[in-house]
Amino acid sequence: MGARDDAWQGEEAAARRGTGRRRFLGYVLAAPTLTVAAQLGEAALAPRQAAAQAASVVPSLPGPSEIYDLNDMLTHATLPTANLITIRIDADGTAAFALPRAEVGQGITTSSAMLIAEELDLPLDKVRVTLADARPELLFNQLTGGSNTTISTFTPIRVAAAVARGRLLRAAALELGEVVGSLTARAGAVVSTTGRSLTYGELAEKAAARTDTAVEVTLKDRSRFTVIGTPQRRIDALEAVTGRKKFAMDVQVPDALPTMVCRPPTINGTVRSVANLDAVRTMPGITDVVRISTGVAVRGRTFGQCIDAVRALKVTWGPGTADGASDETVLRKLKAAEPPLVVSPLPLLTKAVDARFTFHFASNSALETNCAIADVRADSAEIWAGLKSPIAAQEQIAHRLGLPIGAVRVHVTEGGGSFGRKLFHDAASEAAEISKAMGKPVKLMWHRADDFRQGRTHPMSTSRVRATYTPGEVLTYAQRHTSVATDYGHGFGEVITSQAARLPVADLTFSQTVFQLTQQSPYHFGATTMLLNETDNGYNTGAMRNIYSPNVRCAQELVVDELAKRMGDQDPYAFRRRFLKDERARAVLDKVAELGSWGRAMPAGTAQGIAVHPEYHSFVAVLAEIDCRPETTGRKIPDAYTGPRVTKVVCAVDVGLAVNPLGLEAQMMGGIIDGIAVTLTSGLHLRDGHFLEGSWDNYFYTRQWNTPPELEIVVMPPTTGRPGGAGELAVAGAMAAVACAYGRATGTMPTTFPVNHAEPLGFEPPPTTPPIPASPTDGLDRAF
Amino acid sequence: MPQHTFILNGRAVTAEVEDDARLLWVLRDVLDVTGPKYGCGVGVCRACTSHINGRAFTPCTVPVKDIAPTDEITTIEGLPATVGRDLHPLQEAWLDLDVAQCGYCQPGQIMTAVAQVRRARVEGREIDDADLDEIRNICRCGTYNRIREAIVAGARRMP
Repeated sequence: MGARDDAWQGEEAAARRGTGRRRFLGYVLAAPTLTVAAQLGEAALAPRQAAAQAASVVPSLPGPSEIYDLNDMLTHATLPTANLITIRIDADGTAAFALPRAEVGQGITTSSAMLIAEELDLPLDKVRVTLADARPELLFNQLTGGSNTTISTFTPIRVAAAVARGRLLRAAALELGEVVGSLTARAGAVVSTTGRSLTYGELAEKAAARTDTAVEVTLKDRSRFTVIGTPQRRIDALEAVTGRKKFAMDVQVPDALPTMVCRPPTINGTVRSVANLDAVRTMPGITDVVRISTGVAVRGRTFGQCIDAVRALKVTWGPGTADGASDETVLRKLKAAEPPLVVSPLPLLTKAVDARFTFHFASNSALETNCAIADVRADSAEIWAGLKSPIAAQEQIAHRLGLPIGAVRVHVTEGGGSFGRKLFHDAASEAAEISKAMGKPVKLMWHRADDFRQGRTHPMSTSRVRATYTPGEVLTYAQRHTSVATDYGHGFGEVITSQAARLPVADLTFSQTVFQLTQQSPYHFGATTMLLNETDNGYNTGAMRNIYSPNVRCAQELVVDELAKRMGDQDPYAFRRRFLKDERARAVLDKVAELGSWGRAMPAGTAQGIAVHPEYHSFVAVLAEIDCRPETTGRKIPDAYTGPRVTKVVCAVDVGLAVNPLGLEAQMMGGIIDGIAVTLTSGLHLRDGHFLEGSWDNYFYTRQWNTPPELEIVVMPPTTGRPGGAGELAVAGAMAAVACAYGRATGTMPTTFPVNHAEPLGFEPPPTTPPIPASPTDGLDRAF
Repeated sequence: MPQHTFILNGRAVTAEVEDDARLLWVLRDVLDVTGPKYGCGVGVCRACTSHINGRAFTPCTVPVKDIAPTDEITTIEGLPATVGRDLHPLQEAWLDLDVAQCGYCQPGQIMTAVAQVRRARVEGREIDDADLDEIRNICRCGTYNRIREAIVAGARRMP
């Protein structure tokens, strides 16, 4: 429990000990206008309450992730970081903050602006949040992942804002010749009891410091929050709906011309020879064609010309890293690598539920494909890309180019979605290689087909579960998850290494560490063991809005339904309620059962499913209703997969403290749509060393025709007073609830995901040579 | 190099580009109009959806030679002007309901929604669930429910 004790230093803890509110150290920095700072990484963790023991169940010892989870590790890794985040007050009365995280749709620029607005008493629309360039001095503190942003920045951002507020008050006191006690900061101005006032803009220069100074501050008490905890719209919404929001490919860098890569027909195939390099160089608009490590790069005036050039290239390809592999061969390898399920001798009359689940490869491709701008010169380089781990990108690109780290500038652009993909910098690294080879700036974009076929995937895995029970009790629960290897080369690995000594798990691989720090069972099911094994590293893998949880949780919740059935046909909701460890879990479960009218009579072929998921100090429960009747599964939509439809979802979420409930609802909504996709429709088919899917009409992410017409999301009132993780939370809960509903509607527990994977292909696989399709020309015929 | 003239967001423009260049690249790479986004290049994801003479289409699937000098192309940038306002009522509904997450697909979503509402009206009715189910635009952030709500709410305010 050492790590947890170290963390016992938050406001919460101080309040519990009755020692009053904690004071924090911030800084005023020498600058022309008021500039304040705080140490990022000061965030303390909320103490975990001892789980209330469920009545008459065989208790389970807490698993490692219940004591210390992945998110704690990410937060602790930021503690010793000596460098600072800064807020600057400008003469126009606005506050400027460069967030050292990536905004990829999750709404952290808005929630960060809210923290500043709250503590600074400044209207939200006067806070400008931009994304910081890579700052290598921040070490581990510029990694966006593990639902960690708000948890790790909640205190530091407020401390900096509080320093600014105090400094503005002091400057106003000097200016007005009054005592600070007679002044109030309100809506961007300091107001005196005498009625005089000065705006922050008027005070920005006067409050500035000539030398760096440390300042102690206390933070606003939660009871006085007027911004935190209120629903706020996104600060970048106007730019998004007007088309003005700038993503990497919208950034204009002089002479950075469109660039694409002709990629191999099998995963990670290699170039043997190119028959017509010179001919392709003379194609309209094409300026350069070069061989690179991942294929053949072309640069031209337009991306259309690049597509033509990629298609014209005649390349002889060498082998890749998964030649000949298929879903069947990978499944055989996974089964061979499954750790044994050993259960100690059990009393007579003990029975067991045994199940094996298969989760196929899935694509974490965002709508914005992998892309980056690179301008590599002889002694320096500049990169623009949506990057969740920009320091790793900077270091690795510098190494690759043979440049010192400081010679590589990495700008983080707004990301068009990530879901795990932007933890890696595949496009940035490739763009740098191409720019160096061509000696020119390049604007590199992957084609959609590239993104599905050569881009990263969520690895295929199996989960074996054995739960033993007597008529009244669950005695043991064992889960063995076996996965194609997950790549942690994006910075997580370095964080784990740095924190290895304090982790509650010893001497494990990166992936086993992450597994043990994230996976937990929310139930008292007696002796509980959950283990991971990995095999086969021939694939480009990564997280997909969570690493293991959706699959692990889905398997567990299906087994819970099966246990309820076999242990006397118990109601799945009542059964979960009885065995849950935590009152917060029980509260969200109760909420969805109540709002979703759990147990209501439904026609044959339709059913409800219910599931709960704890993660990163948060809890979510999801109730889903599904329609598996033939008239629904047989819906005919051109170039689409229809299948069962989730008709209603009710979700209740407790993140401890929701900074922005409106943004939190958005995160739940997205997670639910993802959960529906991974359960029912979206997976990749591996055949002959390549994935068959090449477009959005092959890879069946949820579309409007499979969106639940009814959706209700309830944000629970604050419980812990501190924000927990939210970005990935709902996917696992929704996947499990939809799977359970599917099982109850069809009468058969699903064991392969997505459930349509073994059905005949719903599309004609696009060719692999040339690797990308020509754009159609009949668009006007389809105008409406 | 052939020249192609058409009306873009209310103004005549001329681009010097090959006949078969798809309009998306003419807009983005030649004319620097970046509201329409690339998401597939084959007319599937609909992130580039814009209007031609008021009808929704995907510029990634139309060669520029098929655009006549009198054709009016409207991208998200020109949508508000079509109703003589700073924002189209659907854009306002998008803001009211905080629809966008990453925002990458939203220009296309809005342009599709405007056409979908108009089509229902031409057929003598207001937009319903069946119309919403027909929308093919991908939102990989999964904000589909807010898109549905915003279309219904915004349609009420559409002239």
